[in-house]
Amino acid sequence: MEALEIARWQFGITTVYHFLMVPLTIGLGLLVAVMQTLWYRTGEASYLRMTRFWGKLFLINFIMGVATGLVQEFQFGLAWSEYSRFVGDIFGAPLALEALLAFFVESTFLGLWIFGWQRLPRLVHLLSLWAAVLASVLSAYFILVANSWMQHPVGYELVDGRPVLNDIWAVLTNNTALVAFPHTVFGALAVAGAFLLGISWYHLWKRRHDGIDTVDASGRVQIGTAAAPSRDATDHRVWLRSARLGAVVAMIAFAGTAVSGDLQGKLMFEQQPIKMAAAEAACHDGTGFSVLSVGNLGSQSCDDIVALIEVPGVLSFLANGDFTTEVKGVNTLVPEYQEKYGTHLPDNPIYGDRAGAEIDYLPVLEVTYWGFRIMIGFGAIAALAAGIAFWVLRRGTVPESRWLMRLAVFGILAPFGANAAGWIFTEMGRQPFVVAPNPDFAGVDSVFMFTAAAVSPGVTVAELLTSLVALASVYAVLLVIEVRLLFTYVRGGVASAMPELAHTPADPDGGSGHRADDADVLSFAY
Amino acid sequence: MSEALPTLWFVLIAVLWVGYLFLEGFDLGVGMLMKLVYRTDSQRRVLLNTVGPVWDGNEVWLITAIGATFAAFPAWYASLLSSLYLPFTAVLLGLIFRAVAFEWRGKVDSPAWRNRWDWAIALGSLTAAAGIGAALALTTTGLPINANGDREGGPFAWFNGYALLGAAAVVLFCLVHAAAFLALKTEGGVRGTALRVVRRFLPFALLPMLAWALTVQIRGGTMLTALALVLAAGCAAASWRSARGNRDGRAFAALGAAMVLMVGAIFAAAFPVVLPSTLDPLFDLTLDSASSSPYTLGLMSIVAAFGLPLILAYQGWTYWVFRRRISERSIPAAHAVTPL
Ligand code: HDD
Ligand code: HEM
Ligand code: HEM
Repeated sequence: MEALEIARWQFGITTVYHFLMVPLTIGLGLLVAVMQTLWYRTGEASYLRMTRFWGKLFLINFIMGVATGLVQEFQFGLAWSEYSRFVGDIFGAPLALEALLAFFVESTFLGLWIFGWQRLPRLVHLLSLWAAVLASVLSAYFILVANSWMQHPVGYELVDGRPVLNDIWAVLTNNTALVAFPHTVFGALAVAGAFLLGISWYHLWKRRHDGIDTVDASGRVQIGTAAAPSRDATDHRVWLRSARLGAVVAMIAFAGTAVSGDLQGKLMFEQQPIKMAAAEAACHDGTGFSVLSVGNLGSQSCDDIVALIEVPGVLSFLANGDFTTEVKGVNTLVPEYQEKYGTHLPDNPIYGDRAGAEIDYLPVLEVTYWGFRIMIGFGAIAALAAGIAFWVLRRGTVPESRWLMRLAVFGILAPFGANAAGWIFTEMGRQPFVVAPNPDFAGVDSVFMFTAAAVSPGVTVAELLTSLVALASVYAVLLVIEVRLLFTYVRGGVASAMPELAHTPADPDGGSGHRADDADVLSFAY
Repeated sequence: MSEALPTLWFVLIAVLWVGYLFLEGFDLGVGMLMKLVYRTDSQRRVLLNTVGPVWDGNEVWLITAIGATFAAFPAWYASLLSSLYLPFTAVLLGLIFRAVAFEWRGKVDSPAWRNRWDWAIALGSLTAAAGIGAALALTTTGLPINANGDREGGPFAWFNGYALLGAAAVVLFCLVHAAAFLALKTEGGVRGTALRVVRRFLPFALLPMLAWALTVQIRGGTMLTALALVLAAGCAAASWRSARGNRDGRAFAALGAAMVLMVGAIFAAAFPVVLPSTLDPLFDLTLDSASSSPYTLGLMSIVAAFGLPLILAYQGWTYWVFRRRISERSIPAAHAVTPL
């Protein structure tokens, strides 16, 4: 493999991996903050338990987001030095702003929240969590500003052939970023909703399975109590409330992604028309949205692809809000791109062996076509399932079916899949550009960069391969451990996050809780 | 005015690195001491909890130093990171292991599990400290970069005596700095051991950093930087005396001041070159050739002028909230999570 390919694989793997943690951090963080706010206002025990339990899972995941985010911050310089030199004047700024304005707040206040139980006044403790959570939302905004600039460069002028920032406001209010931001936050909430729903479902099921809760003739729940204080009536309330909250959030989140995604589609049609065509594997101009296309997508040749099921007008609606606009297909667009941006890479040493090679403007159709469909499909399935679950929960518990419970738990994966697919589609649909040209800037004023020119010239294949293998295998091992830890803590129920609940009042020495009265003992310790 | 902006940002980046070495310096050191000096689980948990609430905030100083370098001096960011590809990869792996270990170590109640994560913390901290030290030393003494700023000569072309010197300087500084920190933050047996480490090793531990500072001083130092080094030696001596006199706060502050003066002098003596080329002085990256446009730097200055004091204020407040000394008595019993 060549350096360019390895660098791309490495960026893709590490970023998609980072984005497994990110949506859960953003979405669950917001929900835990809401739970703690409810506890603060009502003083109800079930809200405290919810905060502690979901907060624990949030932290186990959060740390992986931090660990993998670090790699991202360095990667542009490590493997993409030409890219960094070319766009640094503009692209570095949102990254530095993110660190200065978001990461410091996030990490500092989260530390205060974790260790601040019983040490900080209750309001200050609550506000610490809100500060940390809102900072993570802010960090998402800044990084999406950076990413949107690569999709749709604005706010610059060309000086000696390099883009130089001349309007930060234009960069911060790039319309691409303004719609990508709600889309991403709603996508994160979809993850958190499914997470709450799936795990709570398991616990409601487990309570029935263990004979604690039963249902009467009308199907209504009869709440029981087990000997352990962690499985009392409050426990039932914890899971029922969490399940309902999760279901509602999942449905709202999907509606939000649909509305913002629709706006993104319209921008994409203007800004990156070939990505739109690739999302449809559409060769010829037309108005129909393909529900299923067959043929050999992988051959990258249009003559092989036939749309089997097509809904006329829908593609025009996605792109332009009416039913008649002809959306340009690949066969029309490729010659247009060739005319504007050249048919061959320039004879510049920056391209190494690739200098003078022909440019392929067509993104990998298999990936864009299916990526787009998996994103929407998995998102929709998860939302539909959440709707059904909400209806099932109306009687206060879940059916005894083990199979349904498994479905609810594995359903957590669907919105994760939708998120990953969305990113892979967006990023690979932008190829062969790393900075896609903005069609509003004509000719010499336009800035764009081919991915082939972005990679670090001095870095060897051996180095890239070493880091790729090392990072990928470390990430794989850590993922296994993280999932196992999450399973352990989920199985332990609320007591896994609240040791004081783990011991029955009859327990002679009160277990590990007994020293908590001692003023010197930390209320939380690693 | 626009002439002054690159200088301002060079100073700010130096401040970020010094802040990083000061703050994460002690949590990296605490990580290494976990395996090097302390033996029992409850002692190790005391160590962990002295840095528990703050280590992540400390690490953001590194993220910001790197991010600010990207924004203010893209060419420096690109050349330094890509030239030191393998060392930075090692640093990242070290920091990843360390981060997850902090969070996960106490999550399963088994000695084998804890032992594994203790190693992750100790080795991760060691790797990170050594790699950062090497990188900082090399950016002040030079790398084999060509006219485009790319490294010549393969994956290990960066390796030389200065890399080793920088690695030793930062690792040893972190160790004594952490011991001074533990003396200040703990009670009982943990404190006694920490004090012994400071008393015994402080003078030797600062030698490699001094040697690095003198190297840079000889190449480009001024009277002012020489004066800073003399002051640094004075601070080190004061720190040593205070440690012998059981004055934990003073010992810690004076040791920190010695580092600040030395690293400050190193950056000042390197000015205005941010990354010298060992191939040809013509290829040196300087403030002029590496910096962003005045517009970008001006914008970032406004944000930093507002952001940095705020960060110092709330991070300072965190340290105040968690100011109490910790001892083995303050550690709650381990909690085993069991399935329902
Ligand atoms: C839409 C959201 C989003 C996206 C696209 C990215 N991240 Fe991220 N990142 C977050 C949202 C986020 C977060 C939610 O704010 C995290 C997750 C866990 C955390 O601590 O913050 C985070 C953590 C995180 C950290 C650690 C912060 C800390 O120590 O507290 C760094 C350095 C980065 N990220 C950097 C990046 C870079 C350079 C990216 C681009 C390639 C990137 N992230 C993509
Ligand atoms: C976390 C969400 C993101 C995901 C899942 C993601 C995914 C990907 C993938 C899959 C690739 C490989 C594409 C290919 O090789 O064809 C890629 C490339 C890239 N992305 Fe992203 N990306 C994300 C966010 C970002 C952000 C926020 C930035 C910039 C700030 C960015 C910048 C880049 C760069 C520089 C490349 C390398 C060049 C390339 O191969 O295209 N990405 N990303
Ligand atoms: C739960 C469901 C969904 C999730 C989790 C999801 C997630 C994502 C993510 C993470 C991205 C890449 C980041 C970005 O550009 O913002 C993306 C891009 C996109 N999404 Fe979605 N999405 C969902 C549903 C939808 C729906 C229903 C639509 C359309 C009606 C849609 C349309 C788009 C478009 C057009 C893009 C590409 C933007 C571009 O490249 O310019 N998404 N999605």
